[in-house]
Amino acid sequence: MSAPVLELKNVAKTYRVKQGMFGKPKPLNAVNDVSLSLGRGEVLGLVGESGCGKSTLAKILLGLEEPTSGQVLVDGEAIGGQDRLALARRIQPIFQDPYSSLNPRKTIADIVSLPLRVHGVGDAKSRAKSVRETLELVGLPARVLNTYPSQMSGGQRQRVAIARALIMHPEIVICDEPTSALDVSVQSQILNLLNELRAEFGLTYLFISHDLAVVEHLATRVAVMYLGRIVEEADVGDLFDAPRHPYTRALLNSVLTPDPSLGVPDTQLGSAYPNPISPPSGCHFHPRCPFAETLCKTKAPRPVPRAGGHVECHLHDPDSTMYRPDFTV
Amino acid sequence: MSVKKTTAPLMEEITGPTPRQILRKRVTGHTGLLFGLAVVLILLFVAIFAPLLAPHDPYAQSLSSRMVSPVFLGGTWEHPLGTDHLGRDYLSRLIYGARVSLLIGAVAAAISGVIGTAMGVAAGYFGGKVDAVVTFLINVRLAMPVVLVALAVVAILGGSLQVVIGVLGLLLWDRFAVVMRASTLQVRRREYVAAAQAIGASTSRVILSEIMPNIVNNLIVIVTLEMAHAILLEAALSFLGLGVQPPTPSWGLMISEGKNMMLFEPWLVLIPGVVLFMLVLAINLMGDGLRDVTAPENRS
Repeated sequence: MSAPVLELKNVAKTYRVKQGMFGKPKPLNAVNDVSLSLGRGEVLGLVGESGCGKSTLAKILLGLEEPTSGQVLVDGEAIGGQDRLALARRIQPIFQDPYSSLNPRKTIADIVSLPLRVHGVGDAKSRAKSVRETLELVGLPARVLNTYPSQMSGGQRQRVAIARALIMHPEIVICDEPTSALDVSVQSQILNLLNELRAEFGLTYLFISHDLAVVEHLATRVAVMYLGRIVEEADVGDLFDAPRHPYTRALLNSVLTPDPSLGVPDTQLGSAYPNPISPPSGCHFHPRCPFAETLCKTKAPRPVPRAGGHVECHLHDPDSTMYRPDFTV
Repeated sequence: MSVKKTTAPLMEEITGPTPRQILRKRVTGHTGLLFGLAVVLILLFVAIFAPLLAPHDPYAQSLSSRMVSPVFLGGTWEHPLGTDHLGRDYLSRLIYGARVSLLIGAVAAAISGVIGTAMGVAAGYFGGKVDAVVTFLINVRLAMPVVLVALAVVAILGGSLQVVIGVLGLLLWDRFAVVMRASTLQVRRREYVAAAQAIGASTSRVILSEIMPNIVNNLIVIVTLEMAHAILLEAALSFLGLGVQPPTPSWGLMISEGKNMMLFEPWLVLIPGVVLFMLVLAINLMGDGLRDVTAPENRS
């Protein structure tokens, strides 16, 4: 792997949540000691349940939230030290909901040219040219320039959002569930477009999703997030062929099959997602884990290297009493 | 950047109707807006050109021709709307009175609009301590009865046009603040605000060009409501003798002066009453119409 273009070092984000009028604020660890690195041209899929901290991580990377501790490095430079405009030229987002990510008061031309205007690039004429080129790149005709987002379909809107993200030629694009609000038929068009653009411009994606099929299709590496922690990280093939962490296995099992006679898959996760304000002791996953033993309740697992990444589980830790080298779930 | 040809060259030339063309079409199709706009513009015209339009001096008294009936009740064209108890031409006073009403409505709504919008948007955007302070101020303001405070201030400082405008302007910002705060809170969570921030846009740019355009139609409605509110309050204060002082012509004052003769000469109260009603109705229709025309959900 080449030198990482984006690197996270022990990034954590803690919110203080006030409970009731006189309650003492309690810490909520939305992102907890996350370390990741992305090489140029890589697509890292970040998967996990709702509320596990995926979107908070995306906001930190975009500079919209300050991490409580830890560092985010872009090309080896900490983003805390860079000014916002410099960061914006390198990292751009594509958001989940194209119905909310485009300002309904602005024409498409205004929306797509906003980055150019904020950064003071070119004059009105060259900006207009650049907007037309970028729209063409994402497969939109020039006649949409004067229309408003409300006159477009979901897929078209997402193309506009992609055009806005790419017009400044960023190195890294944070895709926060870019297809989950779209029809299935449109989803594949957008995914293929993202893939083509990546190949053409050598973009690096952080692809946040809860749709494992989408991640398998697009990602080169996958990180699984649970309660603010990366519990397993591996190359896409390794992870899908041989998931190590019980949570990864549960996620893979939860994918619906097209055959209705098979029924709704059983994830064997049992109890609901825990309250992140008072997370379970030891391994955060133990109340839902079918393989949990007493050790899991008391001791948090340490990250253990695995093929193409790491996994946090006592079952895979050679120093642990629970170690089962043959365990592939 | 290499460009892939994905559209036929012909398609590029078609850019469709421009936003301005669409807007014009929607304005001309909205009857309420056109009616409100017409009445307000006519009254504005009348107010500005009052010296040219008024047939008589609104202050000139003529004790020999008091309480002349308007032309539709058997009067003469010398005084189309009759004269009041001091023999002053009623039409001329009505025309000059439009100046007072519109001036108070516009200036008071503008002052309170600036105060309330700044407070509300700041509270909604920044949240936290700013929000707590603004919410407290709104609650304090809501606990004060407007008419009572206005009466007290006018009683101390004396009734004049400037005092009435100042008092109303500093008192009527509560609805602006409440509505702008709620709208900003709503819009602030949209992803296009986050997108603009991620692009590197400054806070002022995010507020002025991403948030404001999306809450301005709520603002328009409040501006018109508060304008009408201020005009009615001025009329009420003048009626109570604490607003604009006689002999300045004001519609509220005309109603007040006419009330003694109301049972015998009801037109003394009806004429300024109807004009006041028409102005307030027209302003509200205009506000409703502007909101309808500019709302993105009505674009198609």
